[in-house]
Amino acid sequence: MIAAAIVALLITLALTLIRAFLGPNIYDQILAVNSFGTKTVLLIVVGGHALGWFSYVDIALMYALVNFVGTLAVMRFFEQYKPQGEEK
Amino acid sequence: MMINSMLSDICLLLGGIFTLTGAIGLLRLPDFYSRLHAASVTESLAAPLLIIGVMLDTGFTLDSAKLILIIVVMVIVNPTITHALCRAAAHGGITPKMQSESTQKNKLQTETEFSSKEPK
Repeated sequence: MIAAAIVALLITLALTLIRAFLGPNIYDQILAVNSFGTKTVLLIVVGGHALGWFSYVDIALMYALVNFVGTLAVMRFFEQYKPQGEEK
Repeated sequence: MMINSMLSDICLLLGGIFTLTGAIGLLRLPDFYSRLHAASVTESLAAPLLIIGVMLDTGFTLDSAKLILIIVVMVIVNPTITHALCRAAAHGGITPKMQSESTQKNKLQTETEFSSKEPK
């Protein structure tokens, strides 16, 4: 059953990456990248447990915190800055 | 031990199903806000299910305490990110699709009326 969870996570990563590439505006891309990071944390936890890695939990925790800070920083930047060529 | 394994299997399966549902919603829904809804709601449900499935499989060690810490971090972080992203998009001038479609239809109707009146 853990293999089914890993396969579902991999399909999810592929679909999220498609949305990140063809997102119409920048917020869609930020949302897709944030979702990709969260699913990467889950993949590290589940896959590390399945493969018997040594200290996967620390890596997953660190990745979750870095993902949060990175997404928030990019989002604060794009809240103040308007990209060129965007007409309302 | 048998019950732990069965519960872990159920949690992992449900987490995988919810993750796939969120990804399909993120890819197929027509609007930014509905995509945000699909991604955030399933994320908040699927992440604790998958981590609880792993936690039931490992047993009670130091790793399970760290996994609880990951669940706490994700449950705090995901709504924060969703709220801030929705606020940033609303400041950035992204309108929901229903509203923009109806205004477009109104605009089209007024334009056609105006252009039909104009040649005479």
